[in-house]
Amino acid sequence: MSTISLPQSSYIRDNSRTFIDWLKSWLLTVDHKRIAILYLLSINFFFLLGGLAATLVRVELITPQGDLMSSDVYNRAFTLHGVIMVFFFLIPSIPAVLGNFLVPLMIGARDLAFPRLNLLSWYLYMIGGIFALIAAVFGGVDTGWTFYTPFTSTYSNSNVVMSITGVFIMGFSSILTGLNFIATIHKMRAPGLTWFRLPLFIWANYATSIIQILATPVLGIALLLVIVERVWGVGIYDPALGGDPLLFQHLFWFYSHPAVYIMILPAMGVISELISTFSRKRIFGYEFIAFSSIAIAILGFLVWGHHMFVSSQSVYAGLIFSFITMLVAIPSAIKVFNWTATLYKGSISYRTPMLYALGFIGLFVIGGLTGIFLGVTAVDLHVTDTYFVVAHFHYVMVGGTIMAYLGGIHFWWPKMTGRMYNEIWGSIAALIIFVGFNMTFFPQFILGYLGMPRRYHVYPPEFQILHVMSTAGASILAIGFIVPLIYLAISLRKGAIAGDNPWGATGLEWKTSSPPPTFNFDKTPIVTEEAYAYPPEAAERDAASWRPGSPL
Amino acid sequence: MRDFPLFPEQASTFANQVDQLYFFLVALSLIFAGVLPFVILYLIVRYHRSQKVDRSNPVDSNLKLELTWTLIPLALVMLVFFWGAFLYVQMRTPPARTLDVYVIGKQWMWHVQHPNGKRENNELHVPIGQPVKLIMTSQDVIHSFYIPAFRIKQDVLPGRYTIMWFEATKPGEYHLFCAEYCGTEHSLMIGRVVALPLADYERWLATPGPVVLPDGTIDTGQAIVAPSIGDPMAAAGARLFTNLGCLGCHAMAGGGVGPSLQGLYGATEKLADGSTVVADENYLRESILNPNAKIVAGYAAVMPSYQGQISEDQLNQLIAYIKSLADTGN
Repeated sequence: MSTISLPQSSYIRDNSRTFIDWLKSWLLTVDHKRIAILYLLSINFFFLLGGLAATLVRVELITPQGDLMSSDVYNRAFTLHGVIMVFFFLIPSIPAVLGNFLVPLMIGARDLAFPRLNLLSWYLYMIGGIFALIAAVFGGVDTGWTFYTPFTSTYSNSNVVMSITGVFIMGFSSILTGLNFIATIHKMRAPGLTWFRLPLFIWANYATSIIQILATPVLGIALLLVIVERVWGVGIYDPALGGDPLLFQHLFWFYSHPAVYIMILPAMGVISELISTFSRKRIFGYEFIAFSSIAIAILGFLVWGHHMFVSSQSVYAGLIFSFITMLVAIPSAIKVFNWTATLYKGSISYRTPMLYALGFIGLFVIGGLTGIFLGVTAVDLHVTDTYFVVAHFHYVMVGGTIMAYLGGIHFWWPKMTGRMYNEIWGSIAALIIFVGFNMTFFPQFILGYLGMPRRYHVYPPEFQILHVMSTAGASILAIGFIVPLIYLAISLRKGAIAGDNPWGATGLEWKTSSPPPTFNFDKTPIVTEEAYAYPPEAAERDAASWRPGSPL
Repeated sequence: MRDFPLFPEQASTFANQVDQLYFFLVALSLIFAGVLPFVILYLIVRYHRSQKVDRSNPVDSNLKLELTWTLIPLALVMLVFFWGAFLYVQMRTPPARTLDVYVIGKQWMWHVQHPNGKRENNELHVPIGQPVKLIMTSQDVIHSFYIPAFRIKQDVLPGRYTIMWFEATKPGEYHLFCAEYCGTEHSLMIGRVVALPLADYERWLATPGPVVLPDGTIDTGQAIVAPSIGDPMAAAGARLFTNLGCLGCHAMAGGGVGPSLQGLYGATEKLADGSTVVADENYLRESILNPNAKIVAGYAAVMPSYQGQISEDQLNQLIAYIKSLADTGN
């Protein structure tokens, strides 16, 4: 199983003689694995940028007065944080990096169905990102990531058009990725790989892709109309021009609520892989987890109005949206219970990816439960647009998506690079992130119920202690994000050679070399069993072979 | 730094009811989020690979279990949904008799006018034990009127009225926040809500003070003419009604080019296209600014629009006047 050197040929190596050739071989590649690496680098760059903006916000909020920066700068900082993190980190994160790398490997294909389209979607992502960066550098934008009208379309004096254009272009990148995944999963599965033999990560990405291609166009239309109103004064959203300000909210949330599931569904897919592998067991309730992804994707389209309970939407609409929102809680709960049941009679190891997976469950449970608070209309009237909402969606998006993203990066790092990261530092960083995250965001639930509104630069002094606690937690969280950057970078040169299957996992991606060759498999694999084909005695055998000194 | 509250004050009839539901949700969450981690902790310790325990006959599916953890959460979320829904309908439906107060939001201040004409900026005085209805609109972008101690908020939109109601229960001063991001000084669009016993409230209403206008300036002229508190809104509205020439068509006795407005507010109007509409504040507003949107059956679409000719402030006064005619009709 383990080899002493990296394979002679792999997707990372090439025969370029000059630097220019080497650069071309990356920037013009149509290899899904190389494109995944391009995404990995660019997405992490945007993550650091968004994190920097968050740092500005958290430092400013240490004191109730506005002393570090002016209100205008503060508003630009939280908008930059939101726009970058949502559109340029969270939405593409798992599908574009892990999905791109793994979808063809997991289904035994040599690439995605449309390799050139895949490269185009990375370029669109970068062009969108550059627009957003230019908007930020030349004065910034102060609308919040939600771009509510008529503030955004008429009143804001900032680089609205530039930022919106960036998000608009990024949207096409997202659509193309979704399209590519759907075509690939339908048409390119290896012989014998039936739908119910697929890894749950594939199911989750399939559900995500449906949302991406159906919802993203609506966001594009909504944002384009903001530009039309802002530039040409055509009355669409601004009542002074004969428009309707609520129309924007309906269109925006029709995308942006499902967008939350674009972030969390692939994360759930990752968690299913991790829990199964590190329990040495078939995942519990495979069909229930698979169909709960689809149920979330469908129900997710019907709950956008729960962002609008106080917007002057009618009482009856509010009740219907609240009702459907309650239903979304069920498939989410089903997943959590099935993951827990998978642990029973497993042979559990505490490797770094598993720590992230367990952390994910803890944070996602809190994020999900507080989602019910917000979905209950009468409570939402009080806590919407307060820090309660801020805490809730960070638990789901950061606690959920980022934990899974990092867990997935660690899990497939040996496959991507051929080398192991440092397990001790990995565990320490996972622990720091979990503690730092809770310290940052738990106080914000209390702040929110006390009535602290979100997006406040200056706030009443009685909220200060909780804000200071939150900022202290954020500093710990920041350290937790920096540590992996260091040891992962070091592992590229110094990490132990991983071998094809360092975790002893099932799944096709572990049957090829690490890193895989350009066309993934020397021979198209024939699949005769499901993705979690651990024999019934796998857990027993794994535990029996454990000796003091073996990895925990 | 002296204050370190962990729970907001309860100062309206809603507050206790919302908090009860909130505590129920917290209790439910503790059962899940408090027990589940211990189950997971138990499992990952007991079944850690270093532990020699029985791992034979692992199970990977169980329909009964799946149904249990589908149906029990479903029943629980339905319970909280209906509990929340009944409370929500109550919070969104003002009682028939309310004290109406008009609110105008603008970047970045709140302007309030009471029916007797008294105005205030970034403050709202209300009596306790009385249902108060706020009729709110914005002059520019979307704002949101939020009183945490009352557990209620409502977005304030340009181009229409939004309604919010509450009944304060405890005298005191409470935070008033703008909860919808509205630009540079969003976090300074704050103020205080002062809840007073009825007698104190009435004394406050009748106390002369500087007449503040929606743009934040102080109307010295009016303060001299009416040293008390300015004209009552309905009286100011009646004057506008005459000055703008409304009376020419909307004759009180009826028979004019337009329908009489006596007894109109709150009534159900039959429209030319056969549908009906309840004449609430938003209907009155629309009929003044965009008269052809809804034509009352039996009348011609001849009224000109007053869009751009009257301020939000004047519109409020006109509507207060038309509402005052409701009691005189029928």
